[in-house]
Amino acid sequence: MSYAWDFNFLWALGPLLLGGLINTGKLWAIAFSSGLAIGLAFGIMRTVPSRILRGIGMVYVEAIRNTPGLILLIWFYYALPILVGVQSSAWLAACVALSLYTGAYSAEIYRAGIASVEAGQWEAARAIGLSYAHQMRYIVLPQAVMRMIPAFGNRAIELAKATTLASTLAFGELLFTAKVIAEDQFRPLETFTAVSVIFTAVLLPLSYACIWLERRVARSGGIVRD
Amino acid sequence: MTEVLRLENLAKSYGQAQVLKDINLTVRKGETVCVIGASGSGKSTLLRCVNFLGYPTGGRIFLEGKLVGREVIDRSGRTEMRYREAELCAVRAHVGMVFQQFNLFPHMTAEENVMIGPVKIRGLSKAEAKARAAEHLQRVGILEKAGAYPGQLSGGQQQRVAIARALAMEPSIMLFDEATSALDPELVGEVLLAMRKLAQEGTTMLVVTHELGFAYNVAHRVIFLHEGTIHEEGTPEEVLVNPKKPRTQDFLRGVTTFRMPEPRIAPA
Repeated sequence: MSYAWDFNFLWALGPLLLGGLINTGKLWAIAFSSGLAIGLAFGIMRTVPSRILRGIGMVYVEAIRNTPGLILLIWFYYALPILVGVQSSAWLAACVALSLYTGAYSAEIYRAGIASVEAGQWEAARAIGLSYAHQMRYIVLPQAVMRMIPAFGNRAIELAKATTLASTLAFGELLFTAKVIAEDQFRPLETFTAVSVIFTAVLLPLSYACIWLERRVARSGGIVRD
Repeated sequence: MTEVLRLENLAKSYGQAQVLKDINLTVRKGETVCVIGASGSGKSTLLRCVNFLGYPTGGRIFLEGKLVGREVIDRSGRTEMRYREAELCAVRAHVGMVFQQFNLFPHMTAEENVMIGPVKIRGLSKAEAKARAAEHLQRVGILEKAGAYPGQLSGGQQQRVAIARALAMEPSIMLFDEATSALDPELVGEVLLAMRKLAQEGTTMLVVTHELGFAYNVAHRVIFLHEGTIHEEGTPEEVLVNPKKPRTQDFLRGVTTFRMPEPRIAPA
């Protein structure tokens, strides 16, 4: 093997890669925050007494969770516009697909977190006379959310990597930018290596933050106080 | 004396298993009624029906003279009770419950545990609720721990906070479900003393307990529950000292097999 590695050309293209990274960040931020909100709604739905609501929650989670993320993106970009007659941008399709994708996984995290709160907590809250919504809001969720933090951390990292799927819709995130550079410069090996280094550099601190939080939550028996 | 709670032919079954049958019981204002009986006799189920943590499957419950729920006649002509969740929330807010496992909210301080009900349900301001919490924590002798989290308190202290939490709603009746059964033996006394103080102050209480000494000294009436029915009922002297029914006698014989003289120590 006599391949001569050469990373030098990349320095000049730094601003391009940075632009891609910023787009990745935007997509991640939108999909993660709306995924958390969607997940909260569907996760609670999966724990309520009403069978109909539980059913709706289950259909959503199972439909999305058992579909490859790539297909979701393609479907929202190419198939949905045909059905509703409005062409969507790659950005919008990627945001919607990744939000729903994260929402389904988050719903499961919420459901498991809520289920992990002891029955006695619900009972004590009911016994005071709190309504179901108040039991959830003031007693159960605050305890459950603490236990969910590590799982949400993992989800955040997974999602950051899943944003690269948007490159298939020609959305200018980091991987798509890298593809363009690779083709232009005939240096795919160096370009993609750089992408993986950038991802690691950005995600490593997030991973460590998760581990730190996980330890803290474990130490306090699921209760983080300050 | 005015009646606070009346149970009429109360029944509860889980599928085929009938846990409570035909319970008739009236608790008057200021009265302390102790319920004793073996495990599985339906003691806890009885309390849980009174504040609708479990739904009765038959009979009627009157709280302060008012029927809880409404009666409907079903297709086969039998009367049945229907309950609305909003009404039950209101009922639970007027019935204080103390659990065997305390069930304090671990993410809140002792004071916040006591304040949440008055703030969210009675609509008190934070300051009013804080004052009310202080008052009730003081009543059970644990005001100095107001800022502590449940995890930092002993079992006895946690249970007293739980009592204060129920009292702060100013309920018409307090229910105690084996409030001392999960405690270290050494900590039982402080909780029982707090409960006796409430009884002496005129709190209406329905107490499920295995502490026969407490029942003897504090209760106005004792009920012996057996296989889901009130088997024997009377003053502590009648039920605990001179039981008439063989099953009550067996129970008391079992509980008091070994005796010892009173320790020669000053009482608390």
